[in-house]
Amino acid sequence: MNKHFLQIESLAKRYPQPGRQADITVFDQVNFQMDRGEFVCIIGHSGCGKSTILNVLAGLDEASDGTVIMDGKEVKGPSLDRGVIFQNHSLLPWLSALDNVCMAVRSRWPGWSRSKVREHAARYLEMVGLKGAEHKKPSQLSGGMRQRVGIARAFAIEPKLLLMDEPFGALDALTRGVIQDELLKIWSRTQQTVFMITHDVDEAILLSDRILLMTNGPEARIAESVKVDIDRPRDRATLHQHPGYYAIRNHLVDFLVNRSRELQGAKIESPRSDAPVQPREVNPVAESGGRPLGPRAVPASA
Amino acid sequence: MIASQNLRAALLSLAFLIVALGLWELSISSQGGSSGELTEYEMLMGISGSGTGVPPPSVIFSHAVEELSRPFYDGGPNDKGIGLQLMYSIARVMAGFSLAVLVAVPLGFVIGMSPVLNKAMNPYIQVLKPISPLAWMPLALFVIKDSGTSAIFVIFICSIWPMLINTAFGVASVKRDWLNVARTLEMSKLRTAFTVILPAAAPTILTGMRISIGISWLVIVAAEMLVGGTGIGYYVWNEWNNLDLASVIFAIIMIGVIGMLLDGMLAQASRLVRYQD
Repeated sequence: MNKHFLQIESLAKRYPQPGRQADITVFDQVNFQMDRGEFVCIIGHSGCGKSTILNVLAGLDEASDGTVIMDGKEVKGPSLDRGVIFQNHSLLPWLSALDNVCMAVRSRWPGWSRSKVREHAARYLEMVGLKGAEHKKPSQLSGGMRQRVGIARAFAIEPKLLLMDEPFGALDALTRGVIQDELLKIWSRTQQTVFMITHDVDEAILLSDRILLMTNGPEARIAESVKVDIDRPRDRATLHQHPGYYAIRNHLVDFLVNRSRELQGAKIESPRSDAPVQPREVNPVAESGGRPLGPRAVPASA
Repeated sequence: MIASQNLRAALLSLAFLIVALGLWELSISSQGGSSGELTEYEMLMGISGSGTGVPPPSVIFSHAVEELSRPFYDGGPNDKGIGLQLMYSIARVMAGFSLAVLVAVPLGFVIGMSPVLNKAMNPYIQVLKPISPLAWMPLALFVIKDSGTSAIFVIFICSIWPMLINTAFGVASVKRDWLNVARTLEMSKLRTAFTVILPAAAPTILTGMRISIGISWLVIVAAEMLVGGTGIGYYVWNEWNNLDLASVIFAIIMIGVIGMLLDGMLAQASRLVRYQD
């Protein structure tokens, strides 16, 4: 078996139920791998435990079972090797944008001089288009700008793995688009390994190499790993004209509307009974033969 | 608009003052002039005739001018300027209050960080908090054996609770996200405490301090009436014994002014640590 950069093995999370013998299982048998430089999104309905998986990867939460191995080492507790972009920016409101980033940089490289820290932080703020707003407090920035500071803070510490928990969930559609573009730009420049939670199918297709699909919780699984076989650099304006775009989109929407419920709690067939259950690998673009597909009506009865 | 509002409010305030002082002045001058025979009580007390009741504002004002013109003179144990007496009181409040800060803020920090300790300490805090600080006085006098230090102890004990409770509350309610940021940045406990928790809880802590210094200033007057010797509380009691009501009223006003200034100082300080989330 070849070594992957990140290996998640039979991860499970259970909570004791008050007054009942059996624990409630949020998810179990979660197995997947990520390679260096890969951008992976995970999609699933609320309550399937996506955020818990991310928090386990971050070291902020503990799994009931299973292991996470990154770069040959087991993940135990939070680390500067794993940067996190939180859903609601989580900037410290009494610090300026620059100081928020500086705080992270200083944690990463405690030996650096003050001016080197500031210079490094300012460079990342400039990268997310915040030049000129460095000295503003988060309350003086718009929602989109705050999230950009959060992105700059996470990228600035140059982590081995970047974790994003619905980073654009609280933003309006227009701002979201602009920041997605910026994220793509920075990502292509830094070749970060990224694990991201999203609810937005189009966002996932635009950004990721692979999309993990989770069935509904409780007893959620990662059912499929969908390859996004669309060349980079991708452009939001022309992405939907790509021949494979609708093949992927239809597959994802169909899963979320129908199969995520049908597959809930079901065992996912494994090629060998003793091998860990891996998500089924799907490549909708190849399966559709690269034929351009139009938008297909998806049964709306959910 | 705001400027004119302030101006109107100021004019109205001034009008209230003039009306109140005017009524006060008038009621006394009409009463004082018509005193006929002395009552038995007045004769017993050695009071003779007019000018012995509550003094009118004009008398208090001229008394205030006289006192404030030489606030720091020291003419012996029972004859000190009002400024000097206030300084004694402020010094005691500051000593007791500072000691309380040194104890309450670190202790509140620890209590706020640990839910177990919080629950364990809560019954003691709830029992000790409602005790009138003056109830500690006999015990303090007995144990400490020094009246001045006992007064400081009483200030300490009354100002510790609001700060302790507010600090613990402020620390306990620091947003989880901010702590998670600190954790993912592998910040040490100490660095997290100073760079994340302290600034996050500072406004709540300052509110506790403001409540505490207000209570301290209330309590010092009563404490000094008990321990005697120096201070504005002693001054008020001493002037009452001298039946110098003009001095008593003047001192009451000064207590109010200093209390307002103390509160204003902490209000300024809390403006410095305030943040908008």
